Amino acid sequence: MTDAAASSAVLVARAKRLATRMRGERQTAIVPAGNVAGRALTTVIAIMTFLAALTVGTVSLVSDTASRWQNDISDEVTVQVKPAEGIDMPTALETARQIALQTPGVTGASILDQAATSRLLEPWLGDNIDFDALPVPRLVIVSIDTNDPPNFAFMREELKEAVPEAELDDHRAWVSRLVTMARTVVLIGVFVLSLVIVATTMTVVFATRGAMSGNRHIVEVLHFVGAQSGFIAREFERHFLRLGLMGAVAGGSVAIVLFVLIGYFTEVNRQTPQADQISALFGSFTIGWTGYAGVIILIATVATLTALTSRLTVTRHLAEIDMISPVEN
Amino acid sequence: MGPEVLRDLTFEIRRQSFQFLTGPSGAGKTSLLRMLFLALKPTRGLITVLGRDVATLSRKDLPSIRRRIGVVFQDFRLLDHMTTYENVALPLRVRGKEESEYRQDVVDLIKWVGLGERMNALPIVLSGGEKQRAAIARALIDQPDILLADEPTGNVDAPLARRLLRLFLELNRSGTAVVIATHDLGLMDQVDARRLVLSDGRLEFYD
Repeated sequence: MTDAAASSAVLVARAKRLATRMRGERQTAIVPAGNVAGRALTTVIAIMTFLAALTVGTVSLVSDTASRWQNDISDEVTVQVKPAEGIDMPTALETARQIALQTPGVTGASILDQAATSRLLEPWLGDNIDFDALPVPRLVIVSIDTNDPPNFAFMREELKEAVPEAELDDHRAWVSRLVTMARTVVLIGVFVLSLVIVATTMTVVFATRGAMSGNRHIVEVLHFVGAQSGFIAREFERHFLRLGLMGAVAGGSVAIVLFVLIGYFTEVNRQTPQADQISALFGSFTIGWTGYAGVIILIATVATLTALTSRLTVTRHLAEIDMISPVEN
Repeated sequence: MGPEVLRDLTFEIRRQSFQFLTGPSGAGKTSLLRMLFLALKPTRGLITVLGRDVATLSRKDLPSIRRRIGVVFQDFRLLDHMTTYENVALPLRVRGKEESEYRQDVVDLIKWVGLGERMNALPIVLSGGEKQRAAIARALIDQPDILLADEPTGNVDAPLARRLLRLFLELNRSGTAVVIATHDLGLMDQVDARRLVLSDGRLEFYD
């Protein structure tokens, strides 16, 4: 048979198989679709993928937060104006804002209004703060050019001169401590993620091998009716890839839905003091694209791992059969 | 290495021949069948199967040779999730053949072994004799050159054993060499056929 004739024969065979499938005349799968071991494997994979996806998302969130804190060091400072006897707070705040704006390297300055200040203080002072009765300091948020930052010492002196009650705070001390802590948390997170991935790998491998052990007789029968090793391996690989995908997609999807829900609720409750505290630490509490990409990679990896384990188990079992027949087993 | 189960055996299974392989339990009948079926390699000696020296075969060569050998296992080895039809058709399916090409052949063979009414039954609802016949049909579906049957009447009553024997004889008349491993003297007495008797690891012939 020429190559062209062989190729057309293969194409015809494929077309026939496709036509058969389209007519819905499906034969029973060689590897039985559903049994207890298969369902248990899918459940185990779903749970492990969920836990691993949660870890991936959390590490991604903390990592993003740490890098955002690091950026915050350089792109924002605050001017605090303390109340004092006879001070005209609105004028003092506006003066401080103007001085900040005139300083080279400052890109913007805004006064934190009474409502925002009230929300910041609500956890400590309640929700009905009388700003006239209480000596509450007020803030001016100053944005700076990270590439060409202002001279803070000069700015501090200028402010003191115009508004003696004003104090410039560049947050460096506590934000750098926060970043150090966040980096430590990221490192711990990566370590935990490594452990979870190792545990997931081992669980998936052993669960797959456990599920495969219930199918040994099928491998043997296929082998002794003359099936090629590649055919048997493909049948099992396809079956276990489906089980792995089902479990991994289920576990990963639940984790993603959970992240989306948490992100949604923090967004909805953004105007509450508690949410402000969370936002201050974690921003909008949503995982970035790295988190979602990580979860998708995780799903693909777990499904591939399941399929590969089944293939290796079949191949090893076939090698054993050729040395020792199952006839007497 | 364990004790030597078989030694100094020299014999030939001729084309289109019919023979019984017999001997007491533990004599090595199943081990010899395993060697003929390429599932066990001898520690020494030469085995030629269908013109090929098994010592020179690689694992890749095994499926193509096994396809020319039909085997009936003592415990049937039917797949429980498949119907009688699907079990019998399995050897053709794993060879990549289209169902439309073999459907009628499978149906005819199933009717020939007397399971026409049980075509769509799962093994779990088949009797021992029915499972045995389904296993025989599966071994025959691709018209093997040789059929090896390990105690094919071990699980059936005497009338069914006679019926199965007639089936093997009919198959043999159609050109397949048949080797039936059994220790059922009553079964062997019904046919004037060559007997290979294993005893203490050695083989004697009664033609």
